[in-house]
Order: sequence, then C-alpha cells, then structure tokens
Amino acid sequence: MNQRTIFSAILLAAASAAATSPALARDTIEVVGSSTVYPFSTVVAERYGRSSGKPTPKIESTGSGGGMKLFCSGVGTNYPDITNSSRRMKASEFEKCQANGVTEVIEVHIGYDGIVIANSIESAPMQLTRKDIFLALAAKVPGATAGELIENPYKTWRDVNPALPNTAIEVLGPPPTSGTRDAFAELGMEGGCKKIDWIAALKKTDKNAYKAVCHTIREDGAYIEAGENDNLIVQKLEANPAALGVFGFSFLDQNADKVQGSLIESVEPTFDSIADKSYPISRPLYFYVKKAHVGVVPGMQGYLNEFTSEKAWGEEGYLAEKGMIPLPIKMRRAMAENTRGLVPMTGKEALK
Amino acid sequence: MTEPANNLQKIRKSLSRRNRSEQRFRWYGRLAIFIGLAAVSVLFTDIVSKGHGAFRITYLQLEVDYDQSAIGVDNLGDPKQLVQGDWQAIPKLALRKQFPDVSGRSDKRKLYGLVSNGAGFDLKDRLIANPLLLGERETVWLLADDDIDTYYKSWLDGEPYAARLSDKQVTWIAELHDQGKIRLQFNSNLFTRGDSREPEQAGIRGAVMGSLFTLLLTLILSFPIGVAAAIYLEEFAPKNGWTDFIEVNINNLAAVPSIIFGLLGLAIFINFFHIPRSVPIVGGLVLTLMTLPTIIITSRAAIKSVPPSIREAALGMGASKYQMVLHHVLPLALPGMLTGAIIGMAQALGESAPLLMIGMVAFIVDIPGGFSDPATVLPVQIFLWADSPERAFIEKTSAAIMILLSFLIIMNTSAVWLRKRLERRW
Repeated sequence: MNQRTIFSAILLAAASAAATSPALARDTIEVVGSSTVYPFSTVVAERYGRSSGKPTPKIESTGSGGGMKLFCSGVGTNYPDITNSSRRMKASEFEKCQANGVTEVIEVHIGYDGIVIANSIESAPMQLTRKDIFLALAAKVPGATAGELIENPYKTWRDVNPALPNTAIEVLGPPPTSGTRDAFAELGMEGGCKKIDWIAALKKTDKNAYKAVCHTIREDGAYIEAGENDNLIVQKLEANPAALGVFGFSFLDQNADKVQGSLIESVEPTFDSIADKSYPISRPLYFYVKKAHVGVVPGMQGYLNEFTSEKAWGEEGYLAEKGMIPLPIKMRRAMAENTRGLVPMTGKEALK
Repeated sequence: MTEPANNLQKIRKSLSRRNRSEQRFRWYGRLAIFIGLAAVSVLFTDIVSKGHGAFRITYLQLEVDYDQSAIGVDNLGDPKQLVQGDWQAIPKLALRKQFPDVSGRSDKRKLYGLVSNGAGFDLKDRLIANPLLLGERETVWLLADDDIDTYYKSWLDGEPYAARLSDKQVTWIAELHDQGKIRLQFNSNLFTRGDSREPEQAGIRGAVMGSLFTLLLTLILSFPIGVAAAIYLEEFAPKNGWTDFIEVNINNLAAVPSIIFGLLGLAIFINFFHIPRSVPIVGGLVLTLMTLPTIIITSRAAIKSVPPSIREAALGMGASKYQMVLHHVLPLALPGMLTGAIIGMAQALGESAPLLMIGMVAFIVDIPGGFSDPATVLPVQIFLWADSPERAFIEKTSAAIMILLSFLIIMNTSAVWLRKRLERRW
C-alpha cells in the first residue's frame, strides 16, 4: 500500500511536470545570430535589464546564417525577435523572410569589427599586404603566364614576397562555418586577389570562377583550422611563435601582452585605424528587428533605444570598450533615428 | 626413461619465463594506472592553478555620499525614480573625492573605470534595503573593474599585466594599495549571481539553478519510466523476437551520440509541440531521452541479480506476480537501480551537446525560477565563458569547471556509497 502510494505519487509528479504547458506569451526578448555580434549585444542586454528592471533579453549565438534562418521562419512568439549578423542580410534571406510573413524588418547597422592577423610578441611583427595573404593562403595561385592557375607552391613567406622572413607559412584560423572566415576570405583574400589584373578582369566575365579562385583557402596544411574559439588560437600562438593566427580585433585588444597584430599594407590594426577604415580588413556588424513584434513582446523599444544610445554605441560608449568599432557620428545619428522610428527595409536596398 | 626428467626440466625452464611474463603484465597494469592518474593530476593541477584566483576578487574602499540630487532620487518608494536614477553617480563622486586632482575628460573616464560598472546598482540595492542611508555618508568596499582585478592579482603575484590599463590607473592603484584601500575578498558574486558580460559580476547561480531544474525533470521522468520498462522487460514480457528487437534497440540508443537527441528534441518538442526554446522543460525532456537507455540497462541488470529463489519463494507462498515484484524483487534491486540513476544523472549533468540544438546555449542573466524560465546549464556556462574575450573569464572558466567537477564527484561518490551501503550479496 505504502509503496503503491509512493509509486503513484512519482507517476503523478512526472505527469504534471510533463503537462506544465508553457504559456505562449513571452516576456523575454529573444535574440539569435552571429557569434561576432554576441559579445556586444549581450552587454547591451545586460545593461538594459539591469537599468530597466525588466527581464534581460536572452541571446543565443547561432552564427549569422543560422540566425537568419530562425528569424525568417515566421512571425509569432515561437520565433526570435531579433537576429544579429556579421554581414548584411542576403537578398535570398530577405525573400525568405517576406515569403514567411516577416514583411517588415528593421535593419540596424551598429558598427565595425576588424579581423587581425597576429603572431606572438616573441617574434617580429609581420608586414603584409593583402596580396601576400592571398598568395600565401589560396588553394590555387597564378602561374607564370596570365590566365594560368597552379596549385599553391609557396612553402615560406619569403617565397611569397622576398621582403618577408624565411619562415614556413603556418596560419591558424577559423573553420568554414564561421562568419570570421567568410569575412576574412572576402576582405583579406579577395582584397589581394583583385590586385592581380587578369583575375580582376575575370570578375566581369565569370563571377563564379572569380569567387572560387579568390575565396578558396589551401588545404595542404599551411592553413590550420583551429576551431571557433579565438582564445584557443591566442594560446596556440603563444606556444608557437612562428605561426600566425586569424581572429577578431577584440581578442587582440584583450591579449596585447601575448600577441601583436600584423601590419596590413603598413597599417597597424588599432581602434582608430579600423574606425577610419584605413585598416583594410574590417567588416560591418548588423542586427535585424521584426517590426511585428515591437509592442507584442514587452521591452523591444527599450532594448532598441538602449542599443542606439550614445552611451552604448558612441565613440566612448561601453560597446567601444568591449572592442566594437563605432560608426561615424553622422551615420550613428541617422541610424538611431531610423531605428527608433521603426522604419523597415524597403526591399530596394542593394542586397547581395 | 629420461623422458619424465626431461619434462620436469622443460617445466622448470618455462616457469621462470612464465613468471617473468606475469611480472611484465603486472607492470603494464601499474603503468596504465600511473598514466591514468598522471593525466588526471595534470588536468586537476592545471584547472586548480588557473581557477583558484576566481574565488577571490578585488574590492576598493571608498567613502560614498548618497547625495539625493546627484542620484536624482528623493523617494525610494517610487519605482519610476528608481529606474531613472543615476546610480553610477555615487561611485563616480566617491572616486573624485578620493582623487581630487584628477581633471580632464579622458582622465576622469579612466578614473571611473576603476570600479565595476555594476557598483552603482549594488549601492542601489543597499539603499533600498536601508532607506535611512539616503542623504548620508558611509565608507564601503566597492567591486573593482575586471581589468583592475586582473592587474591587481598579477601585481600581487609579481608579474604585473598592465596592457589594458593606463599609467595613471597604475599609479592610482599603487596609491590605494599604500593606503590599504584595495584588497582581495571572497568572491561571493560567483555563487549568488547569474551570467554577466562583466567578469567581475558574473556568477554561476543561474547555470546551477538551470542544471537543477533540468536534472530534476530528467529524474522525475526517466527514473519511473526506466524502472517500469526494466521490470516489464525482465519479469513480465514474453521472450520472443519482439523483445529481442526491443533489447537490441535499447542498447543501440545507449550508444547514440548525444547531439542526435538534441536534433530529435528540436524536431519533436520545439517544432511539433511548440515548447519554447531554452527552457528547462525541453532540456529535461531531451536529457530524459538520453538517460533512459542507461537507466533501463542498469535497472535490468539489478533485477537480474536478484536470485530466482526469492521469486520462487514468494510465488510459493501464494503471492501474485505483481506482489512478488513489488514486495520482493523491487526493494532488493532498488540500490542497483539508484546507482544506475545517479550515474545517468551525472552523465546528463555534464552534457551540453544536445542542449545546443534546443537553445540552451544562450546568454541568460536572470536566474531561472521555474521549469519554464529561460535557462542554461553548468557545462554550457563553462563553454560560454571559455569563448569570451575578456581575460578575467579564463580563471572564471576554470573555477566553473572546479564547481562542475565537485558536483560530479559528489554524485559519483554517493553512487559508490549507496551501492556499498545497500547492496546485498548472496
């Protein structure tokens, strides 16, 4: 009898726990998206939660592409309210959003992030150009005659450029799933690739071939995929002074006693050089808001106001302290007005 | 006639060889254990040496003035004023008073950077708890910024790391140190707060509560279901092709990589049943799926180890099969089942891969208060901290690993203890 009551009590508890139907209305803002924007949006969320006394928005780091997929799946509290992105929304994603009823999307450009190529401070800083980067890391490089492509033969940096040291090419970087890798390929590799005239000409005739040449990174061991964790890359650079690593500027900023950024086209990656765009490898950061959710999920307007306030994204704001490079003041003002006024995208933006 | 002597010789000869190979084998065994222990001790020393610092944190002593006009609050009962009040003004004023010579915008910013940006909110909580302090002055210890904390700890260790600090900040800290106004204290935030992007304010309470709710649900669901399935399969089910098929599948499920259960959970619980993402309900359900096979298998083994004579005696005394199972087999098998359940729970506690798919890998500040609040779990918290750029998170990560390990050790020791204590041998 006793055992029977215990048993049925357990079963009852199990049944009731399973049946606790979650309320459909949600009072927490849900944010998904880029792992690059994650460190910035989390700070805003935390400040907003603490100063307003409302529930702190929940932020998931799903990657830019994964975030867009979730965001564009539909309208309603089962879908996220905001997605972060370390690149602009693609035309295909915009269409998917429209098709799923997410018609009004507010685009917020929040700032920039620099991608650095760093090595241990025990070695001399490298002086690279984007062309050097392309030649050292591309799967296929131009051969002796124009139009000819050969498997990348370069083993040392000196093979690439006689001015560089005679050390083996060994670069630790993020895997293809990472937004950092996409941006590195687009801005670093392609930036150097364009300097070779016949490849630049290829862009007009055969865009796919051009992209394949410029974006494909060699797989013979010179480029080592070191995982998404940038801290790990910093540790590996510390252990191996001969290697270079590719990661976001905020990690360089935090580890200035261990690693130094390579100069790209004679520009050192610093806060200022990325902000004034003289440092060539930097990318824009965005987030996208579902207008239909503003007013339905409480606190959306407050979160947007906090993010677009000068104390957050301004030149001396707390996001800058975390390593985000702010927009110029004029752009900030226009963007803040746009965001607070909830002006959605028209579909006429030049999306890729 | 020489044959027996010859055999004896052969045996004697081989004896030393066999003894030697036994000795060698023993040494291989010792070496294997040594390698295992060495690996564990390297892991533990590494984690403890990195993480022990996180249990202490830097505080600054300042004389604060709860000036009503500076904060912009004259009535602590008015929620609107509480939201709009400039709480960070209190530590800012106190810092300016401590260092009256500092002027200029950028120097002042650096000065304000000495204390944590959460210090104002801490003082707000203090004021709300003691409303009489409004308008008064007092000397308090305030949380320092994480960069200051990192610097001060490294400075005490004799290897100062000042890359994130300006020269002025370094001299201010030296000045405070000479006056005894900076010190390391026990880091209670680590145990009482949720996650934060400011390392000095980050704690694991949220993750611990999330793990607790998730595991509670997992236990409530998987233990009864697992035990019921094991009893039925062992005691009642007919032996035929179907039960063999089920058995093979249960064993297969136990070996399926855990991420698959996450995908399953995403498809069924979130996409089909529309349970919200990131809540302990969905986490508990997914981990239930994952631990069920383990519990069924260990429970069946426990039931099998109950001697048949006990069953036969019960049946012989006229008990029904149901009574035989409930009164005799189950109580005797329960210790084994509990051990299995604890080991299953320990496995679930350390799991993060399946939770990735269902949104529990997220930045969640508020401490979850129930099964339907967004939550994260301990291993995920470790992952998130390990991925953060701020240097002070390195020691926090190791500290969180130490806490997770101590939970695992407690659970596994209690499993061993329960087995020793309750097990009956026949």
